[in-house]
Parts: sequence; C-alpha cells; structure tokens
Amino acid sequence: MFKRLTQLGLSLGLAVAGAAVAHAADKVSIVYIPKNTGNPYFDSLEKGFQDGCAKLGCTFDAQAPATADATSQIPFITAQTQRGVSVIAISPNSPDALNQVLDRARERGILVLAVNGDLVGNLQHRDAGILPVDFTKTGPGQVELLGSEIGYKGDIAILSATTDAPDQNTWIAAMKDVLAHNPKYAKMKLLTIAYGDDDPQKSTTEMEALIQKYPTLKGVISPTTVGVAAAAQVIETAGKAKQITLTGLGTPNQMRPFIKDGTVHAIQLWSPYNEGLLTAYFAVGVKSGAIKNSPGTTFEVPGLGTVTIGPDHIINTQAELTTFDESNIDKYNF
Amino acid sequence: MTIIALLRRREAGIIVMIVIFSLFVGVLQPRFLTSETLRIVLLAVPLVMIAAMGEMMVIVARHVDLSIGSILGFSSIVAGMLWRDHPGLPVLLGVVAALATGSALGLVNGLVVTIFRLPSIIVTLGTLSLYRGLLFFYSDSRQVDPQYIPRDIIGMSQTSPIFGIPWIIIVACVIALATYFFLDHTRLGRQIYAIGSNPTAAPLRGIRAAPVTILVFVISGALAGVAGVLYASRFGYVNPGITGVGFEFTVIAPIVIGGVSINGGVGSVGGTALGVLLLGAVSVALPVLGVSGFWQNAIYGAVILFALVIDRSVRQGGLKGLLARDAA
Repeated sequence: MFKRLTQLGLSLGLAVAGAAVAHAADKVSIVYIPKNTGNPYFDSLEKGFQDGCAKLGCTFDAQAPATADATSQIPFITAQTQRGVSVIAISPNSPDALNQVLDRARERGILVLAVNGDLVGNLQHRDAGILPVDFTKTGPGQVELLGSEIGYKGDIAILSATTDAPDQNTWIAAMKDVLAHNPKYAKMKLLTIAYGDDDPQKSTTEMEALIQKYPTLKGVISPTTVGVAAAAQVIETAGKAKQITLTGLGTPNQMRPFIKDGTVHAIQLWSPYNEGLLTAYFAVGVKSGAIKNSPGTTFEVPGLGTVTIGPDHIINTQAELTTFDESNIDKYNF
Repeated sequence: MTIIALLRRREAGIIVMIVIFSLFVGVLQPRFLTSETLRIVLLAVPLVMIAAMGEMMVIVARHVDLSIGSILGFSSIVAGMLWRDHPGLPVLLGVVAALATGSALGLVNGLVVTIFRLPSIIVTLGTLSLYRGLLFFYSDSRQVDPQYIPRDIIGMSQTSPIFGIPWIIIVACVIALATYFFLDHTRLGRQIYAIGSNPTAAPLRGIRAAPVTILVFVISGALAGVAGVLYASRFGYVNPGITGVGFEFTVIAPIVIGGVSINGGVGSVGGTALGVLLLGAVSVALPVLGVSGFWQNAIYGAVILFALVIDRSVRQGGLKGLLARDAA
C-alpha cells in the first residue's frame, strides 16, 4: 500500500514537473536523436540545427545512442518525451521498432520528425519526414556520374553496405533499373554486387576481391561512406587508379585526400547541414502555427529557397545529388 | 620430446589445412592461386597477427583479454588526434602515444585482475565497454578524417625500402619473431607457460605470478596499440564507433585454431601465426569465390568449427579414437 502511494506520488510529481517544463518553455525546444554517436555525418546535421536555432531562437540538443541498433534509440525517445520537449527529430535506426514510443511522444503533443531516413511502411507514426534528397534520383545519379567518367562503356560493380540496408537496396534497385532500360547505359555491364557490411576491413577485402576476380573491371559504385573510403584506399594501395574508376556516396572530409591525389575523380552526396537547417525552420514554423503541416504547403528557408511539403508529408532538402570534385571539395567541411 | 612432436604435428596440420583449402578454392576459382592473392592475404593479416601475439600470451597464462578491440580503437584515436591537432610534431610521437595508451589500458586490466583476483574474462568484458565508452568522451565522438593521417603512416601499408614489402607486413613478422624468442628462449617467457599450466604450483617454484600476469596484459595492450597505428595506416582514418569493434573475436579464433589451449599453458607462436594465415586466407577467399554476403559469416564460422574438429580428431588418433574416448 505504502509502495503504491509512493509510486502515485512520484508519478504525480513527475507529471507536475513535466507540465512545469512545458509551460516554462515559451521557446521551441528541439532534440535530435541521430542513428549513433561518432558519425561525422550527423555532426554536420547537428550544426545545421544549431545555426537554425541560433537564428530562430529555439533551443537545440542532440542525444545519440552509442550503437545504431534497432532498439538503441528507444530509451532516448522515452527520456525526451518525459522531459517534455516540443520537437523530437530522429534519424531512425529501424522503420518499425520505434512505432509505440513515437506514438506516446505524439500523444503528449510532441512534433515527431523523421530526419535523413524515413519510417518506411510506418509513416503514420511520425508527423513529417525530412529527407536529404529525392531518393528516387540517387541510384540513377550515381550511374550517370560513373558512366560519364568511363565513357558509358565497360564492366562495373557495386560495393554496398549490408545485404539488408534499406536505403542502399532502394538505390541499387534503381541503378539496376536504369542500367537495364536506359539505352544510354546499354554498354555498361553490372557484374556483381559486393557487401562490405559498412566495416572497413570487410569492405577492403571485398574491394580487393572485386579487383582480383574481374580483371576487366572498369568502374565501381559504392553508395555508402564506409565502403567508398575503403575502396579508395584499396585502389590507392594497389595503384589501380588509372584502371578502375571509383565513385559513390562519401563525405568530402573522408574523401578529400583521394580526390586531391587523383585516386577518385568525383563523389556525390547531399548536404546534411542543410537538412538540419531545414528541419529547424520547419519545426519552429509548425510549432508557432506559421507553417501548416499538410502536403502542398510551401515555406521559405534562407539559403535553400522555397521548400514544398510533398505527398506523405515528405520534404526533400534538395532534388539532385551534389557532386564533389577537385573544383569544389574545399568549400565543404563535413 | 613428445610435447614438441605434438606441437610440430599441430602446426603441420594447419599447414595441410591451408594447402587443402587453397587448392579447393583454386579449383573453383583459378584466379585465387596467384601472387596477387598472397599479397592481399599478407596485407589483410598483420593487424590480427600482431594483436594475436599478445592475446596468445594472455591465453597461455590462463587468462583472456576481451578488451583488445577497444584498446586498439582508443590507441588509434589518441594517435590520430595527436596527428590532427598537432601537425607540427614528429609523426613518431603518435606511434609512441598509441603504444603508451595501449600499455596503460593493458596495465589497468592486469592490475584489476591480479589485485582483486577477478576472472579476466569478466574484467576485460567490463573494460571492453568501459574503454569504448571513454573513447567516445575522449574523441568527442568525432572521427579523425583521412586528411589528418600522415602520408608516412599511410605509406606503411604500401611499400618499404626492403624489396618493396609493405612495412606493416615487416612489422608483423618482427613482432612474431620477437614473441617466439621471448616465449621460448627467455626465463620470463617460460614462466608464462608455467603460470598457465598450473597457477597454484607456479608460485611454489618461485615464480611471482602477479607481476608476470600484469606484464602479459601490458604486452597484450601495447600490441593492440601497435595494431591501432597500423589500422590508421591500412584504412586511412580512425573512428570511435567503428575502429576495432569486434576485433577480439577476429583475433581469438585463429589463436584457438592455432592450438593454443584456452585452459592455459599450451600454445606456440608458429601455430598462432598459421591460424591467423588460415583464417586470413578464408576471409579473402570467400568474396573471391563470390559467396553471397548472406553466407560468408556462416561459412567462416563453419570453417573455424571444422578446423577445430579435424585438429582434435587428429590428436586423439583419428575420429575413431575421438569417439572411443567419449564413449569410454
């Protein structure tokens, strides 16, 4: 009985404390939960949030789990829900493991935004999804970049992340599609898809195997930051830069030395910084009532122009991939 | 004499396995039997080889060090951050810092194990997480990007003045030879075997078990630190959340295959080195064979079990002897 009373008292206390926080916060408070800590990509995204909040006057905090496991973000979401923040932005580690906790946050009036990756198949559990780029154009964009470098001719391979990585598999499906159906790429032959599990050692071994197994290999696309860095290192170590053209999705900081020394000519990605910036503007706009969160609505983000909320509340930060090569790579720092 | 003969046989067994495996893969994929494969395998194994020498000593002393992956990560980050934040300092200082970091973390393992008389499997399971967690704090969760890794360090994975054999391979060979000399030809080395064979009797023979045990953990940590520098060399960047994660299993598996008894007291440098080469060859061969990513882990694991069963049955006088012994 005593225990139950204490529990009741505690939960009442917590509720009061929670309400107090919510009322005291006249500012919009945004918390961002990246996939995992130690990932320079998300550092850049956080910087976008910070700069946005500095201009808009919102408070910003980032809370990252140590690992990118499917369930590692759950305690963070629960804690932030209890804290009573106004916006939870999350780069989900799983498209379905978070449904319940996210629903609980939304019941409390928290705006839940999926950032950088969406809750594919469970879109009803978040208020909007802010994606870096129109993902349907990522695969074809990569094929075009590689094609333009090898004269649209020759044997190519893909070095991916894990066999079940949803984003990579979406892009690879689109790559296969354009390779098969666009006559422009008729002379480019996809030999195989290797999986480096986003582990440097495994990616290195797989890349070495590709080179050894296919002496005719002319080009490699690695649509994952760990893979493309490992592949570049292999090409440099083996001295195969003249023979094999590598491209993929990589961050400028990770790939800078390879682009400068000519091992790699160009890589692509989007701007995680702009994603963070856009999300901050969108979140504050929706919370203040200035932006109506419904498909077709447009709003302005300084530096990014007019942004449109698409079907399913999906917002693309940019339409096409950004290409980084020797001419522009020094303008980017992430 | 019989023990030496047994060890010899054990090593011969692994050589036979390497040959059979290579021929098997070579039949399926003739391109595997080229000097290029040898180059790839030799480039793939030095990190594991170096850490395995330290881990092997720990296991011979009837302990285990599960924290080497985190020590590797920590050492490489310390070196990488030094190179990044103080580009004016000599590159060698980063190497020294990595070695010092590895030794210090190994010392902590050794002290906790000996002072509190705790099982090393539990202690190092704890420090595996502890070191990784501290590493995130220390690095502010930031990776050291390739542009900050000195070219001299990257070059270690590419060449050397000695016949153009990459430095990392030479370093691994030197460390393996030094370990062999230390374990087989010094008193201290033999004491490690004595402690592992019989921890109770060793002190009665005048061996001070605690300092020797601590030393073994320090060596294991220091060698993980060396592997950390070579990680930066081979992969060109270091990341607090990626570098060295899961490394302990990559290292322990070939040691066990190489005939080092997890009950302590038994094991040779030659066996360990051959175990490392065998599993290195397997991990290079699977992608060359075009084995799908789904199956690679399973097959790698199956090869480990297969190697252990074959080895055990050979030593028990064939499969018949093995079954008879179990029936008895």
